Amino acid sequence: MDCEGVIRRVSRYIDGDLEATVVEEIELHLKTCRDCTILVQQTRITVNLYYDSDLVDFPVEVQARLHETIRRKICKDQK
Amino acid sequence: MYCATLAMPSIQPGLLANLVKAPSLSSSNPHRLPSTVAREDEHLLVAAAKAGDASAFEELVNRYERKIFRLTMNITRNREDAEDAMQDAFMKAYSHLDRFQEDSRFYTWLVRIAANEALMRLRKRRPNQVSLDEPIESEDDFIPQQIEDWGPSPEQRFAQTEMRDILRGVIEELPPDFRIVFLLRDVEGLSTEETAETVGISEAAVKSRLLRARLKLRQKLDTRFRQNGKHGL
Repeated sequence: MDCEGVIRRVSRYIDGDLEATVVEEIELHLKTCRDCTILVQQTRITVNLYYDSDLVDFPVEVQARLHETIRRKICKDQK
Repeated sequence: MYCATLAMPSIQPGLLANLVKAPSLSSSNPHRLPSTVAREDEHLLVAAAKAGDASAFEELVNRYERKIFRLTMNITRNREDAEDAMQDAFMKAYSHLDRFQEDSRFYTWLVRIAANEALMRLRKRRPNQVSLDEPIESEDDFIPQQIEDWGPSPEQRFAQTEMRDILRGVIEELPPDFRIVFLLRDVEGLSTEETAETVGISEAAVKSRLLRARLKLRQKLDTRFRQNGKHGL
């Protein structure tokens, strides 16, 4: 497998979503290709950095309005 | 009593008293760190809420409101739409709780409802920017131009707030088609199948967009790490 082949499969490779024979081909390539080894490593780091990351502030007034809306809904349904 | 006191957040005795206080964390992806996205005691809260325990539903709201707002905000990029989508998602979840099949996770179900609410608003505002078709593949975008070692872990080199600003800035630069798939798969932790059903595209299209999103983000992070003058330290 060449570099482009690895790049096209890097996402499925780090997800464990490839057949064993394809994984073997990729890992054989990685043994001799520094760039692809770095690419795989950095793609994996990218995914891990974002997973469940705290990207957005949650304003207290937004939270208060949500709670009030739900409270009204629950109380209305319970009547 | 609940509607008389209107105390929120609150956890009442009874079913909730049996909750596991220190839940074990799990992750289906061996490459990922343990996450607090969905706790193991979630099904107890759902069962209590289904049985009419309002405080149990409150606890579910308290637990997931921040994550759901993160999702709706990241999809819509509009605070008003994000808030509306979040409120409607929780209201629908409450109204249709009896339809929730407990063989899946409540959090996943909620994420799908919220994503649909957010996508509906995004498509209304930007009808031409969110496509169900496969994006046209550009080899220039696809193949990295330059690959250099990042050196020590980025998490070690950047302060938490600085890293957060970098991650936030970079993901905002992704085209909506790629951003939404990445958010659902890699931020919220949905499966490929769940992401495909939520967005209304094939699983193959999810994998294709995810590959491009991850490669674009890696490239943009690489650039940002250099710009911040700490690359290779």
